[in-house]
Amino acid sequence: MKKKRTKGLSPYKKNEFISYGIAILGFAVITLLKSTGMLSSSLQGQLVPICAYIIMAVSLNLVVGISGELSLGHAGFMSVGAYTGILVSGILGTVGVADPLRFAAAVIAGALMAGLAGFLIGIPVLRLRGDYLAIVTLAFGEIIKNIMNIVYAGIDENGFHISTKSDYGLSPDGRMLLNGPMGATQVDRISTFLYGFILVMVTLLVVQNILNSRQGRAIMACRDNRIAAESIGLNVMKNKLMAFTVSSALAGMGGVLFGLNYSTLLPIKFNFNTSILILVFVVLGGLGNIWGSMVAAIVLTVLPEALRQFADYRMLVYAVVLIVVMIATYNPAIRSRVSAFSEKYLRRKKPAPKPAEGGAD
Amino acid sequence: MKKEFMKKFTVVMLSLVMVFAMAACGGSSGGSSEGSSDSAEAVLYVGATGPLTGGASIYGTAVKQGAMIAAEEINASETEFKIEFRMEDDEADGEKAVNAYHTLQDWGVQVVLGSVTTGSCVAVSAETFEDRVFEITPSASSADVTNGKDNVFQVCFTDPNQGKTAAEKVMELYPDAKVAAIYNNSDPYSTGIFNAFKAELEANGKELVAEVTYPDDSNADYSAQLTSCKSAGADLVLLPIYYTPASVILKQASDMGYAPTFFGLDGLDGILDMEGFDTSLAENVMLMTPFNPWSDDERVAEFVKKYQDAYGELPNQFAADGYDTMYVIYEVFKASGLTTDLSAEELCDAMVAAITGDFSYDGLTGQEMTWSTDGTVSKDPVVVVIKNGQYEDM
Repeated sequence: MKKKRTKGLSPYKKNEFISYGIAILGFAVITLLKSTGMLSSSLQGQLVPICAYIIMAVSLNLVVGISGELSLGHAGFMSVGAYTGILVSGILGTVGVADPLRFAAAVIAGALMAGLAGFLIGIPVLRLRGDYLAIVTLAFGEIIKNIMNIVYAGIDENGFHISTKSDYGLSPDGRMLLNGPMGATQVDRISTFLYGFILVMVTLLVVQNILNSRQGRAIMACRDNRIAAESIGLNVMKNKLMAFTVSSALAGMGGVLFGLNYSTLLPIKFNFNTSILILVFVVLGGLGNIWGSMVAAIVLTVLPEALRQFADYRMLVYAVVLIVVMIATYNPAIRSRVSAFSEKYLRRKKPAPKPAEGGAD
Repeated sequence: MKKEFMKKFTVVMLSLVMVFAMAACGGSSGGSSEGSSDSAEAVLYVGATGPLTGGASIYGTAVKQGAMIAAEEINASETEFKIEFRMEDDEADGEKAVNAYHTLQDWGVQVVLGSVTTGSCVAVSAETFEDRVFEITPSASSADVTNGKDNVFQVCFTDPNQGKTAAEKVMELYPDAKVAAIYNNSDPYSTGIFNAFKAELEANGKELVAEVTYPDDSNADYSAQLTSCKSAGADLVLLPIYYTPASVILKQASDMGYAPTFFGLDGLDGILDMEGFDTSLAENVMLMTPFNPWSDDERVAEFVKKYQDAYGELPNQFAADGYDTMYVIYEVFKASGLTTDLSAEELCDAMVAAITGDFSYDGLTGQEMTWSTDGTVSKDPVVVVIKNGQYEDM
């Protein structure tokens, strides 16, 4: 079923290029600003979290937008990745492995653990229809949070210890890695903006290649009409599970990036609110729209900081902005105007539509 | 159909999020503030981060108000420099706290007062350590705050220190008591104190007759926890928790006719001002807190009056901590003999040397407070008992 190549770019390709474009352009501009010293330290401190949130949003979009299942526990996978990454990085740190290698090992381990968690949860749940995935992922996020609250781990000359008790025999000069409700402390902050950029590109590469493949079309077919997809021999369960596992693994990767950017990480950070925040990125950016998720993640991470001048009314303004964006992007009148505009100016290959209202410059 | 539903569902969820976001921001007061200053004068920029919105906002707001009173007093006095104070909201979240700190850096912060809560403070102190900025926290009590960082100091006791001191006090005042503890095992503060308390008791050959926990998510019913304390025959119950759950525990204990001695720590401070709480339930509760607003001390009385005039409420321990911290910064800065035109990096080492040197401070939360090089404070713990709805020194 080879599609005949049309003039210009297919919509898939076009969206793909926009996503890569945003990432590369963003990286180039930021690097340039950084080297000229024009970047405020407020923005500079947000670079790595922004990358992490982009990874989270794009990976969640794979489940919510493309596979059509609602997941409310994405922060749970982030936390699995983050804590795995912190443990791996902490252990490797004591043997004196170089930072880039440590980071790479942490990312791989975090992605594998989170992917495994997603796989195990997906097996029973994705067989069900309806919104069971939402309920189970919600519960998963809470369970992970509560488990992390009782895990103590450390490393000393006798090796690695892990326990659910606070007095687990770590020698005094040992290094505490996880400390129950106090979370991870004394984390070496080895995440950098460059690593963040690389991971964003990896995420985009994975998600967009899935999207633009036979597998991706199968996933979307299962979303759009399960019965029709089954009737042509697609294994719905298998397809959804694949999307869900990949998404979890990518979320774990984002978690590692996030976790290794701060010296401390409390389990409570990965609560329901964080899951919802990521869902907000996806919904606001448009379900299934990869670059929309990226833009939403960037804007909604920077916005609360940029609104600090409003002091008391900061979160109020933030909420109002969210509502306005929601209304604006879903408003048919505004949408038709935007598409008329892009018809007129951006797609020159097509026959020009009759002049719309508003003057041309 | 499915997509339709999804859309609707997400819209509903989003609206909920917004309502929460708006609710969270209501009732807070102040995001940033400035002490009066003249641009021609020498100004020391003191920046703070703390929760001004969200569940922990009462702590951040109290610290802010206390510190502002101190800054106003300093600026009104005959000083060679003024203090400009600004506090940024961090919602008690490490990530937001680091963002807030970077915002303060853009503003030109020279000394950091904060953070108010432990998680935020650990995250921020890692940044200040790297940037070489002098930091002193009024209330972040975990040992991780100062651990391995020579530039970070605490005005409050560390949690382990508090737990240890509480154990010593308990053994001194009630040598024969059967001791039990109810604590929140998903809270760093509560767990930190409890672990140190237990370790100290056991080091002296005493055992806890019961140790019961509750998680963060359930804070409506503690009858099971109380029953197990009662059936273990405990006549002293340690409550290393915050006052909201403690108020429920006191109520339920009195309902079931169980009246052991309750021994709280500084987290219990504020229970008497709690709305809808019958203060007679807290009668005879003992607590170890650094600040007693009903104290006869002249300075305390003056501070309480000023605070009440400005904000219409009784200052709690966090307000007093904020006040003291601002004064410590001021005194240390004066003692180090520096000028305000220096950068934060240049100030840092000199201020560290000054505070760990021959420096002592008498404040609202302790007399002759001194600091060691590991950043912890040394001052006498104060145990008070609640009588007639007031603290009474023991």
